[in-house]
Amino acid sequence: MELDAKIPQGTLSDKWKHYKDTVKLVSPANKRRLDLIIVGTGLAGASAAASLAELGYHVKVFCFQDSPRRAHSIAAQGGINAAKNYQNDGDSVFRLFYDTIKGGDYRSREANVYRLAEVSTAIIDHCVALGVPFAREYGGLLANRSFGGVQVQRTFYAAGQTGQQLLLGAYSAMQRQVALGNVEVFARHEMMDLVIIDGKARGIIARNLVTGELERHGAHAVLLASGGYGNVFYLSTNAMGSNVTAAWKAHKRGAYFANPCFTQIHPTCIPVSGDYQSKLTLMSESLRNDGRVWVPKKKDDPRKPTEIPEDERDYFLERRYPAFGNLVPRDVASRAAKERCDAGFGVGPSKMAVYLDFRSAMERYGHAEAHRLGIADASEAKILELGKQIIAEKYGNLFEMYERITGENPYETPMRIYPAVHYTMGGLWVDYELMTTIPGLYALGECNFSDHGANRLGASALMQGLADGFFVIPYTIGNYLADEIRTPKISTDHPAFAEAEHRVKEQIDRLMSIQGKETVDYFHRHLGKIMWDKCGMSRNAQGLQEAISEIRALREEFWKNVRIPGTADSLNPELEKAGRVADFLELAELICIDALHRNESCGAHFREEYQTPDGEALRDDEHFAYVAAWEYRDGKEYTLHQEPLHFEVVHPTQRSYK
Amino acid sequence: MHITLKVWRQKNQQDRGHFETYQLDQVNEDMSFLEMFDVLNDQLIREGKDPVAFDHDCREGICGMCSMYINGRPHGPLKGTTTCQLHMRHFKDGDTIVVEPWRAAAFPVIKDLVVDRSAFDRIMQAGGFISVNTGSAPDANAIPVEKDKADAAFAAAACIGCGACVAACKNSSAMLFVSAKIAQLALLPQGQPERKTRVLNMIAQMDKEGFGSCSNIGSCEAECPKEIPITFIAKANREYLQAMLAPDLPE
Repeated sequence: MELDAKIPQGTLSDKWKHYKDTVKLVSPANKRRLDLIIVGTGLAGASAAASLAELGYHVKVFCFQDSPRRAHSIAAQGGINAAKNYQNDGDSVFRLFYDTIKGGDYRSREANVYRLAEVSTAIIDHCVALGVPFAREYGGLLANRSFGGVQVQRTFYAAGQTGQQLLLGAYSAMQRQVALGNVEVFARHEMMDLVIIDGKARGIIARNLVTGELERHGAHAVLLASGGYGNVFYLSTNAMGSNVTAAWKAHKRGAYFANPCFTQIHPTCIPVSGDYQSKLTLMSESLRNDGRVWVPKKKDDPRKPTEIPEDERDYFLERRYPAFGNLVPRDVASRAAKERCDAGFGVGPSKMAVYLDFRSAMERYGHAEAHRLGIADASEAKILELGKQIIAEKYGNLFEMYERITGENPYETPMRIYPAVHYTMGGLWVDYELMTTIPGLYALGECNFSDHGANRLGASALMQGLADGFFVIPYTIGNYLADEIRTPKISTDHPAFAEAEHRVKEQIDRLMSIQGKETVDYFHRHLGKIMWDKCGMSRNAQGLQEAISEIRALREEFWKNVRIPGTADSLNPELEKAGRVADFLELAELICIDALHRNESCGAHFREEYQTPDGEALRDDEHFAYVAAWEYRDGKEYTLHQEPLHFEVVHPTQRSYK
Repeated sequence: MHITLKVWRQKNQQDRGHFETYQLDQVNEDMSFLEMFDVLNDQLIREGKDPVAFDHDCREGICGMCSMYINGRPHGPLKGTTTCQLHMRHFKDGDTIVVEPWRAAAFPVIKDLVVDRSAFDRIMQAGGFISVNTGSAPDANAIPVEKDKADAAFAAAACIGCGACVAACKNSSAMLFVSAKIAQLALLPQGQPERKTRVLNMIAQMDKEGFGSCSNIGSCEAECPKEIPITFIAKANREYLQAMLAPDLPE
């Protein structure tokens, strides 16, 4: 199948305008007769549900949590980007576009990214109107800060809880539509399979997680907003329930999976402390506005960090990347931390950590506050106290979280941090309209591949989720549904529903019947270790080949030896996990296949064989300037389809933050 | 560390439920409380027993899904902390810990420690929003908001909807949860047009769901993992009174 991204004609800045001017419309009377299914209630799902219901469509929404407000967007900390240029520091739609293309190491589509930058400003307007309490200055206007890979202040935030505030805004907009009867929410439900009739997505099979019943739901179109697949690594900053099942089942029914090897490792997370550990906790990138990253210049320095004098510290990001310093993009910062630790300069009990230090920021803010308050001869202690107050206002909840987890006070001693899996740039392939290769199946937010290339910039995930849900899909879905107005309500008596339900039931029965010796978590942990060791922050051909055969063996063992207690007709969290891990065991292989085929380093995909003499990623634009979209065949092989990337406006160069 | 756990087991809503006692030998002080339950469940599965069902997701204190009543206190002994962020270093070797679900008529038990909190969603549907359609908003900086009001609105909006306030209250009142949303939106200029109907509708729904009345004891504030202050309840009561006394008068 030829991949057609359906990018509109015209100059880059006119494409979206031109598209909106000419796209097909669906009349209000017809919208009322059309049913939509949305899977996932994070920023993309909740905003899509709200905006599509406002237009008059009838929407059914599914989430596995007990309430749509729990979706993992809620945990996003630092902020959301928008090209408002409120700070008068030279920002613009073009700059946000350019930073994102460059940040993604020239592996994303120009037209999509430009549209994202274009609609970013409307997101902030709408969220403020929804009552989202963003941080403000004393004059009452909105405050901004910086994120990595950027030299302007374009990030809007609500302390370290921006994702929570945005999600609750989108959730409340959706709840309003529930009250109006336009949205139906199915909480504690999990999508188990996609139903396709005559080549079009027409519904899903969902499992009621409380009763175990399998339910059939039909619709004129299905939208997946089911998030990323970072939990394939077991330990990640994702929520425990975050999974790939909805996207993977769609993939197995014919949706291509794009760039699965582009997985983001976030540089600032709390290091692993033991084998029992179930997840890793992020410390927001916003901390790198004020925190300085360093390791001792001496290997195995036994001193406490506060006892190591300034000239014996190696501020390695500032040293290697003076132009961007501590605010280099995530892939660059993560690799630099790994390089120092691998070279023996790591700190903490495991030696797999670096310091993130706020002392100089507290001094800087303390001096400014003392000046503002007219305290002429403030003591050092007073200055630190004043500075601490400012830091607490900006990052208080993050500092508390750090202390709760580690038992150390980050106001007194630097944080210890290490990179961890955080986000997946890869996902279902979509065209400009966010439609997958299955007609009528759309993918929004993190579960699509579209906007971040090989590396996502900080504060851009929230932007993309809300852009897709609030401002893109309400236009693009009309282009498909305009031709569906004569399609009657989708009957779930169609044989395709029975067939899909049967398939789901078969898998559940098979899982329940194994009654082996090992728990689901045993397999998940094991898979995570293979992926982290051989397909993590750096990869090589030999390791990837080993990983593929280890994953195959583990998958085989899983289907012979997993033990699931209880029954399938009641609340059974182990059965839920087993289904998700079964899908991760398949996806993991495809991630490694993709990583192995991409003989270059770009963004988060770092192949050790392809690097510059000073250890930076070495891209190969001649051979790999394309999106790798994989077609599922029989689970053993995947067919590669290439979507070439054409750069008409930005000329790819070696990405430099020096 | 050695820990004895007394855990509430209940097959389903109809089952009467009972406590079971479990011994855990290898509890590490850096474990979170939920990671200790992971270890317990691993042990139970290997013994061929039914693991304990409990709600959890983000495990970083923000999704509001975890909900254990630990030694008589929602989310356990540590102030301002959710169960998932509670670590075993706050317990002693040899401790016996009693773990129950949230107990409130409006939060029926689904299984073991899992309860149904959908009543909170229905209260939100009754008015916890601003009626603005996508695409019609003015520029975000067109309406300045005083910083102290914005900060107060944010403090209210920090509620994670976990239900600890209800579990802590002897009346099973949901006033802290409801008042936080009422206060957030009443403090912001965007929330003014629906200010009166919002408070009336949300309170009415709260009563309909079977939550008890607030008698100003303050245990909700003491146990709230996000330390939402009880002053928001006073604020909501004031809003309610104004709306009741003059429902038709413009502000």
